[in-house]
Order: sequence, then structure tokens, then C-alpha cells
Amino acid sequence: MTVDQRARAGLFLAMQYPVEIPGVSVANFLRAARTAIDGQAPKLRTWIKEVDAALERQDLDDDFADRSVNEGFSGGEKKRHEMAQLELLHPKFAVLDETDSGLDIDALKVVSTGVNHYLEDKSRGVMLITHYTRILRYIKATQVHVFVDGRVAETGGPELGEQLEAEGYEKYVEAAKANA
Amino acid sequence: MTIEGDVESHLHPRPSWSLADHPMPTGREEIWRFTPIREFTPILTEGPTKARLEWSVTAPEQVRVTELADGVPHDLAETPQDRMSAIAAANATTGSRKIEIPAEAEIETPIDIDLVGTGSSESVYQNVVVEIGHQAKATLVVRYKGSARLGENWTFRIGDGAEVTIVFVQEWADDAVHGAQIAFELGRDTTVRTAQATFGGKAVRISQAASYQGPGADLMQLGVYFADSEQHIEHRLFVDHNAPRTKSRVDFRGCLQGAEAHTVWIGDVLIRPVAEGIDTYESNKNLVLTEGCRADAVPNLEIQTGNILGAGHSASTGRFDAEQLFYLQSRGIEEEEARRLVVHGFFTDIVRRIGVEEISTELMDRIEAELLETLGAATRLPEE
Repeated sequence: MTVDQRARAGLFLAMQYPVEIPGVSVANFLRAARTAIDGQAPKLRTWIKEVDAALERQDLDDDFADRSVNEGFSGGEKKRHEMAQLELLHPKFAVLDETDSGLDIDALKVVSTGVNHYLEDKSRGVMLITHYTRILRYIKATQVHVFVDGRVAETGGPELGEQLEAEGYEKYVEAAKANA
Repeated sequence: MTIEGDVESHLHPRPSWSLADHPMPTGREEIWRFTPIREFTPILTEGPTKARLEWSVTAPEQVRVTELADGVPHDLAETPQDRMSAIAAANATTGSRKIEIPAEAEIETPIDIDLVGTGSSESVYQNVVVEIGHQAKATLVVRYKGSARLGENWTFRIGDGAEVTIVFVQEWADDAVHGAQIAFELGRDTTVRTAQATFGGKAVRISQAASYQGPGADLMQLGVYFADSEQHIEHRLFVDHNAPRTKSRVDFRGCLQGAEAHTVWIGDVLIRPVAEGIDTYESNKNLVLTEGCRADAVPNLEIQTGNILGAGHSASTGRFDAEQLFYLQSRGIEEEEARRLVVHGFFTDIVRRIGVEEISTELMDRIEAELLETLGAATRLPEE
């Protein structure tokens, strides 16, 4: 499947480094994406309300929709824009690639609110990729996988997250080295 | 107007009214080396002809349009800088016009000048002088349509403190050939915005020169162009900073698609010893959409004083940014639509800066129409 086919099938990838697209407004971009995913353009009146609500939930200003996609955005704005898309494009499953990296604590809370809002629909799923356990204070994982050198080294419940917080990744890294 | 022999640029021949001073180009000259001479040979060699463009001017009464008698352009117009301009001046037996906008006139609605060619079997030569009075405010939109083989001169004499926007839209038929010299003489403290939007024609070569009559003037020159298969589009910009504390900006963007689509952008700036405290920046960006295209971009700075605020330029030619396309596609947008959005974005900024609402939609629609040729008709967003 091509990248766009996957997206239309319901997969979302929140980028670690969202790309700037000069001259394409956020409003235009969101509408084009939603149109592509639904196979028809959203009804104008409800759509504007929906966009405003999603941007507001991510603490993004009113004029945000008029700015060019990711151009001149701060690191936090880029990530919050990704979360606004997560809400508006209603994918079935989302991969969040280090969405928490580079965020201060306030932005982290805002981003987490977005993810939790998305997960209120229990049919949806998220795979959150992170180097830190900090975000797990705001987003409750049902499963935790430790991924080392391209392999899942351990799988557990939320308690594994807490254990990692206390002990770090060292033993997994050592084990991987020993096996290498 | 330029005094003959007054240009100190090493890149430009000496202006002259005499055709003998502008021999037939071979294609090796600095100012002709990118031009397909063959396409322009008829215009560069023919004598006076009877062919004319159809003119229609939509303007309020205070704007005067008059026909100029033989020889009069000589006193009012910029001295020809190349053979194209010289031959248009020499052959201007009729068809010379003067457009006058009175001092302190504030004209809100754009003045539309529609020019239609009626055939390309014979060359058309014309000379136009536009005099804009001091402190006047106006917008002029010149549109070219139809089929023609045209050599022409425009001289804009802009009075002190005037604020003007001058837009040229080339929507020629596919077989049109168009060579022009356009001169802007900026009075003290003027604010001048110019734009070239070039889409049609087989071969188009616009030489645009700007100079200053006094300090304090602010010039912004914008351009958008879209070259298709076997189309030649050439914009030559020359800004002569011949007065202190003057400002110039040049920003041209173009797309190319189809075999042997060729664009040329020359951005020359001369900063004379007298031009202290000036500020200039020139930029050209090209987006190549298919194989087999050629975009030439040559910025040149001739700096004769270092006592200036700034002088810079940049030129780039590239293909689609794979990361931009990936990002858009990862949101479900099909590849063709993603390309369309990126091209749209590429031009949007310039079209917005031209700032003439009446033609913004027209230009974006034209860009869409050009894009449909490569990307296919199925790429339009379904409307509600």
C-alpha cells in the first residue's frame, strides 16, 4: 500500500519532525486531508466548528488556520498541530513517533489531552514511541513494549513503565550487547 | 529617460536610438545568449508594418489616453537598450500611445488595458509612455491575449510620492512571440510594485529596467511564470540604483513542465557610487515538474560603493520536495493532489503580494489550469 492509501485505510503517523509546506494554509491542508480520507468534502459549517474546537483543545490561536503548514511553528506548535490532525482525521490507529520529545511540561500536558480525547473512542488504538516515561504520567498505556536494537525485548502492562522509570533501560542495553 | 551612453553596467550594451548601434544578435552576446534568436528573427528584422494590437482601456475619465505622433516617443521614452527595443522604436510609425494619470489622482479600481493580437503573420510594433503624476495612486493591469508577433516599448514615468502597482498578464495564444522593453523611472519617495505573470506564448522575452529620479523610492518587482513544452519564457531584470537611499526587491517564481520548456531569469543590479544607503535583494525560484525542462537563473550584482544597507540575491531550481509530498500523503492526500497543493503554495505567496484582489483569483485559476495539463483533470478537490 502507498502512504496515502494507508492513511485512507485509517492509519495515522504523528511525525517526529513535521515538514514545512510554504504557502499551503493549515485550513486548506486540513480540509484536503479530511476530504481525501472521507472521500467527500466536509460540510462547511460544521467543519469550521470542528476545526476551531480541535485547535482550541490544542491551545492554538484563532489565526493558526491561516498560517502555512508548519512554517515558522515552534517545536510545541508543530506537535500540537499533529494532535489537532489526530482529532480531525479520526484514524482507526495512530503511531505517535516521539511526539513528546522537545516539549516542555505544559505542552506535554496539552498534547496528552489530545491523545486521551482521541482514545475516548474505545475502538481506537495508539502506539506511542518514546524515550522517556514522563508522558506515561498523562497517557495511561495498556501495554508497554521495550524495543531494543530493532527487537521487542520485553512486553508487560503499565507496571513495566513504572519499573523502567525506576531502573532505566540499562539491563536491556547490556543484554543486547551480550547477544550481539 | 536614460541619457545615451549613461549606463555604467558592464553587462549591458550602451543604450541608443539608432538601429545601427544594435546589430542583429548572433546569440553569443551576453544579453542574447539564452534567447532562441530564431523565434525572434522576424521581429528583429522586419520594417514598419500595418499590423496592430486591438486596444481597449477601461479607466475613469481623468485618465487620458492619446495617440502620439511620429518621433514623439523619442522625447518621452527610455532609450532602447537592445535591438528589440530599437526596432520597435524605429518602426513606430503609428500605434504609439501616451497614458496620463494626473497628479494627486486617487484611482481605486484597477485601470484595465486589454491588448489583443489578431494574427502572427506580420510583426506588430508599439510604443507606450505612461505618465503618472506626483502623489497619484493607481493600479494598472495590462493583459495580452490572442496571437501576435510583438516588439514593444513601455516607459513608466512615475512622479514624486506616487504609489502605483503595475501588473502585466501574458495570456497569449500558443503561437505568440513577444519581445518587450519596459522601463520604470521612479520619482523621489515613490512606492512602486510591478508584476509579470507570464503563461502563454511560444517565446516571450521581457527586459525590465528600473532607475531612480531621486532618493527614497521603494520598488518591489514580482513575477510568476509557467512554461510548458517547447515554450520559452525569459525575464530580464535590471535595477539601476542611481540615487541614494533607494530600495529594490525582486522576487520571481516559476514552474516548468514538458519537454524543452525553457525559462530564463536574469537579475542584474547596479549600485553606482552615488547610491549610498541603498538596500536591494533579488530572488528567483524555479520548480521543475517533469523531465526535459531547463531553467536558467543568473543574478548579477555590480557594486560601486560599499556604503549601503544591504545587497543580496539568491536563485534556486529544484524538483518537488519528497518530504513535503510524504507529509501530505501520510494524511491521505493522493500524490497528484499533494503535488498540486505544493505548487499552489509555491505561487500563493507571490500572488498575495501582488495585492490586486481583482486578479489574484484569475492568476491562481490560470496556475490551476496549467497544472491540470501535467497532473490530469481528476486532481481537483471535489467541491461540496
